[in-house]
Amino acid sequence: MTEINIAWYKIRPKYHESIITWFLQFCAGVSILVTLGIVFILGKESLLFFREVSIVEFLTSTKWQPLIEEFGVLPLLNSTLTTSFIAMAIAAPLGLFVAIYLSEYASERVRNILKPILEILAGIPTVVYGYFALTFMTPLLRIIFGQNTVDIYNTASAGLVMGILILPLVTSITEDALKAVPYSLREASYGLGATKLEASWTVVVPAAFSGIAAAFILGLSRAIGETMIVALAAGAGPNFTFNPFEAAETLTGYIVRISGGDISYNTVDYNSIFALGLLLFFITLILNIISRKLVKRFQEVYD
Amino acid sequence: MSNFKENVETRYKISNLWNVVFTTATVISVFMLILLLLNIINGAFGYVAIKNTIEPTELINSGNLDELNEIQLIELLESHLSRGLIRRFNFEKPLKERSNTELMNLIFERIIEPRIVKSWNLKESILEKNSILHYAEKELPGAHIQFRAWLNSNFLIGSQASIPELAGIRTAILGSLMIILLTITFAFPIGVGAAIYLEEYSVDNMFSRFVQVNIYNLSGVPSIIYGLLGLAVFVRGMEPLTSGAMFGYGDPTTTNGRTVLAAGMTLALLILPIIIINAQEALRAVPQTMRQASYGIGATKWQTIWTHVLPHSMDRIMTGTILAVSRAIGETAPIVVIGASTFISVDPSNIFSKFTTLPIQIYQWTSRPQPEFRNIAAAAILVLLILLLAMNGFAIFTRNKISNNRRSN
Repeated sequence: MTEINIAWYKIRPKYHESIITWFLQFCAGVSILVTLGIVFILGKESLLFFREVSIVEFLTSTKWQPLIEEFGVLPLLNSTLTTSFIAMAIAAPLGLFVAIYLSEYASERVRNILKPILEILAGIPTVVYGYFALTFMTPLLRIIFGQNTVDIYNTASAGLVMGILILPLVTSITEDALKAVPYSLREASYGLGATKLEASWTVVVPAAFSGIAAAFILGLSRAIGETMIVALAAGAGPNFTFNPFEAAETLTGYIVRISGGDISYNTVDYNSIFALGLLLFFITLILNIISRKLVKRFQEVYD
Repeated sequence: MSNFKENVETRYKISNLWNVVFTTATVISVFMLILLLLNIINGAFGYVAIKNTIEPTELINSGNLDELNEIQLIELLESHLSRGLIRRFNFEKPLKERSNTELMNLIFERIIEPRIVKSWNLKESILEKNSILHYAEKELPGAHIQFRAWLNSNFLIGSQASIPELAGIRTAILGSLMIILLTITFAFPIGVGAAIYLEEYSVDNMFSRFVQVNIYNLSGVPSIIYGLLGLAVFVRGMEPLTSGAMFGYGDPTTTNGRTVLAAGMTLALLILPIIIINAQEALRAVPQTMRQASYGIGATKWQTIWTHVLPHSMDRIMTGTILAVSRAIGETAPIVVIGASTFISVDPSNIFSKFTTLPIQIYQWTSRPQPEFRNIAAAAILVLLILLLAMNGFAIFTRNKISNNRRSN
């Protein structure tokens, strides 16, 4: 009797447990498959694209006109950077200030009200921000700067609204970084007679610097990959311009517009969106890796 | 000494000044949210000017259709509508068998055909009511002004139409719901499985570290890249599967892979990293003593996970999943890239159907120049936001309740 029990204990659980382990390992492996899939697909289609178009032309030409076979990425990249930097010009200072307020100044009660509000702001779909940019921000800009200077579609409006979009992200990571600074540092600073501002600005912020930088870089990466706001508000048609009040299509905006129509496979158009996707993937990946390295650094210092 | 005191005073002044700056920054961010919501409400309600295509007075002198009997009503219909249309109505239900009210509704919809010729948003409607009425009297003779909620029951249950006031979002809501169900079906088991592997099984080796870094990087990949992946792999590469041709669905010459199934799988990949990260945090929050107690009474590893770890962390896993799913509901870019049909009036019936979703409709309607389409875009946004708010609210509420319970224990 006891022997049978021991046999049951030894054999049966091990048998199906190993299947479960294999299944769970497969689940974890899926994420690697996704990455490999992304790299493979983007790489393969881009190779087909670069068979037709030279990489040098792709990276240096200032004209993107597929109809006459001009494939220079600069106009698209330029407007992507324009919108992203406008977004960061809004989100970086505002995000830092809100984070300082939440972490250093706000009482527990105020924080409990404000944090869910920021979470709501972060949960609103980007297409809604696109609607906001087109129906509120653009008319506002046109009233302020005049109908003639500001186009109906422009990168300034898209960038400003994108700033509001990434504000909660920047705020929450910055706040985490500020919170991670040990309380003893603040107390030491107060002990030397510092005011609240001096303690925050000369002690806490520098101590959390790597975390804050990580937040900014992650925000920038998010802004570069952002699609719906620019697709709705920044305009259709590549345009190499440094004027934020002109319409100019971004990388993501172009991909969405081209694939939104009925695109036929195995054409240069089809391959071109993958080449742009590859560029986008690399830019955001590098920014994300830098940001992650920085986050790790501030975790290591204070844990 | 006096110098020092002065110095202290200015320092505190500066400190207080910045306090105001920080507070203002926070107020501005909250104000943005309010502005965003007000702007949407502003678009979803307001006065409209309605003009009849044919005035009732042109049909009958008194302009009052109630005076007519059945035969006269049918005569009116036959004289104003094409023969083909009359034949279609007769086919649906013979005109002679229809009641007077039904006939009058038909005349109203088909002959009088009231159409919105101009719309105003809510702000104008409240603040400039008189000038709107004045303008309508002068510029739009024969039109009457009416307050309209663009978000109404017809809008919710109606199907797609090319005229904004007749368009509805039933098809889009059904499309969104079907895709989300598929997304959860794919992403939840795989995501939780991966999290269990990483937290409970894996030792700190190259593979698990690589998977972990990989998941963090995937969570930062722009959503449009997932769209490209879905386009190349699910829509094009797996076309026989995603179009349903493999299972004999649809006409093989016209079907393609741009279906609910392809969209569901694409979004599943998109939210997979978020679900894994959230589930990992949930599993990490389970106290180690729980597992040791289970091992102590002789449970195996999987028995411990299934009977102790998972039940104890399921609430948090669900909360994390709801947050991830609500992100998927609002995603637009990847779905546009894999090619949702923009004009589709047939409800999706199975996973191999063509589809449209709420965000796609919002995108389409917003990008049209006519202001009436912006109005219905605003109404659709309200529907989407209410849906999301309900889900997020539920998730945040349960999370707070759980953390409160844990604290009091």
